[in-house]
Amino acid sequence: MENVNSFEERFQQKIDNEEKIEARDWMPEAYRKTLIRQISQHAHSEIVGMLPEGNFITRAPSLKRKLALLAKVQDEAGHGLYLYSATETLGISRDELIDQLHSGKAKYSSIFNYPTLTWSDIGAIGWLVDGAAIMNQVALCRTSYGPYARAMVRICKEESFHQRQGYDILLTMCNGTAEQKEMVQDSVNRWWWPSLMMFGPSDSDSPHSAQSLKWKVKRLSNDELRQRFVDMTVPQAEILGITLPDPLLKYNESRGHYDFGEIDWEEFRQVVSGNGPCNKERLQARVKAHEEGNWVREAASAYAEKMKSKSLASVA
Amino acid sequence: MENQLRDYILMMADNVMILGQRLGEWCGHGPVLEQDIAITNIALDLIGEARNYYQYLGETEGKKEDEYPMKRDVRAFKNILLTEVPNGHWGDTIMRQCMFDCYHYYLLEGMTTSKNERLAAIAKKSIKEATYHLAFSGEWVIRLGDGTEESHQKMQQSLDDLMPYFNEMFIPESYEIWCHEQNIAPSSEVVRSSANEKFNAILTQATLQMPEKYYSKKGGKSGLHTENLGFILADMQYLQRSYPGVDW
Repeated sequence: MENVNSFEERFQQKIDNEEKIEARDWMPEAYRKTLIRQISQHAHSEIVGMLPEGNFITRAPSLKRKLALLAKVQDEAGHGLYLYSATETLGISRDELIDQLHSGKAKYSSIFNYPTLTWSDIGAIGWLVDGAAIMNQVALCRTSYGPYARAMVRICKEESFHQRQGYDILLTMCNGTAEQKEMVQDSVNRWWWPSLMMFGPSDSDSPHSAQSLKWKVKRLSNDELRQRFVDMTVPQAEILGITLPDPLLKYNESRGHYDFGEIDWEEFRQVVSGNGPCNKERLQARVKAHEEGNWVREAASAYAEKMKSKSLASVA
Repeated sequence: MENQLRDYILMMADNVMILGQRLGEWCGHGPVLEQDIAITNIALDLIGEARNYYQYLGETEGKKEDEYPMKRDVRAFKNILLTEVPNGHWGDTIMRQCMFDCYHYYLLEGMTTSKNERLAAIAKKSIKEATYHLAFSGEWVIRLGDGTEESHQKMQQSLDDLMPYFNEMFIPESYEIWCHEQNIAPSSEVVRSSANEKFNAILTQATLQMPEKYYSKKGGKSGLHTENLGFILADMQYLQRSYPGVDW
């Protein structure tokens, strides 16, 4: 008889051979839990992430921008759907996942607890927040769990489009009036550091990292991804003609990378633990939408049941 | 371009612009993720249709499309009052949508044979979308009307509240009569008859009762709006008004 060890060995061997783990395959309970935590956190981030940008749908400055923003926020709802479905393959329902979000048990990306104050924040979110998300997500297209990897491939295509849209908003404004450029600079000042925090704690301080890398749930460490993001973003900021708010940001010839200043980890911890500028508002908005939708969902199931019994009756 | 045609195009455009703007408020707040996506789709279609009309006017008058939604004040808007009614709960939004879709669908159907080729082309494109909108809102009215006791009561209340805005859609302004006489627009009577028949069929399936008495409001088509429109425009126009003359 095979023992658990040999199951585990075969599982790890599959991963080492770059084969995908599928929903029906044996997997260690901890792997399943890690994935549920990570994918649902990602799904919740898409859904909560609709709120700060959704704020500006009614106020977008042109019809072209309004349509692009509507479509973008709608894409995020779509991403949430794929990711909830991917999580469901691990044996947990969407309802349970949503309950975990609403009770505060599940987390979502802290970046969405910052407020959108001006139109250029929409550009900055596209450029920096989606830019940082893509860094993570491109790596996740090769993650070891098949349904997650496939969802990420679809999502990445749309995200890179969003990032270009965001950058285009900023570029148009930077080519505009001094007031517009000032608005962009202010947005970037506010979104730069929270975007760097999106990669999570430093590797030395990241509780789940080592195991996730071994399982190839993660392919690159938090610090590696953060460095890639900084390296990619600095030249784009130069094209915009804006200054990134870090006096220590400087190209390091010997490393071949940009050096950058220390993240305010205390702010990071505060926002993660619920004390960010909009944590309460974001969660309240989600809970409100869900509760106000109760009667709608109940009616839809009651109607579906009625139709089912009618069609059964007509068959009989 | 004749003033009557201009007014007619503005009415068509403002209807879908303002309703699309209202539906955009739902994005991120829908009762179910799938419905959030669906209502946003309708918003996208409607605002897309509005752009087609505004671009047509803009080309004729040498203006940018955004001038029309962003630079006019309340009294210059010609949308029907129904489109500016606040979203309310999901059932209110669905009832408002179904009423509008019954009107919009048959109006576009009539416009596909318009003598004005540009309007005919817009109608041919938009009617495909309107077909889906009507199917969606009609199904939801039926589902909620014939769902639970609570949903039935809510939908009956939505119907009672919104019926005062229904008839305005079919009471023609002088510019609509002119456009019909020129074979540019369908007859309001024909649209009324088809839309009524469709709407009543949906209500019957939804087990909802048309209120016995209600007072019909009107005025939107000639620029006499509810107080709601000022707030919609304040939101929609804020950046264009705060920073005039710049590109975004």
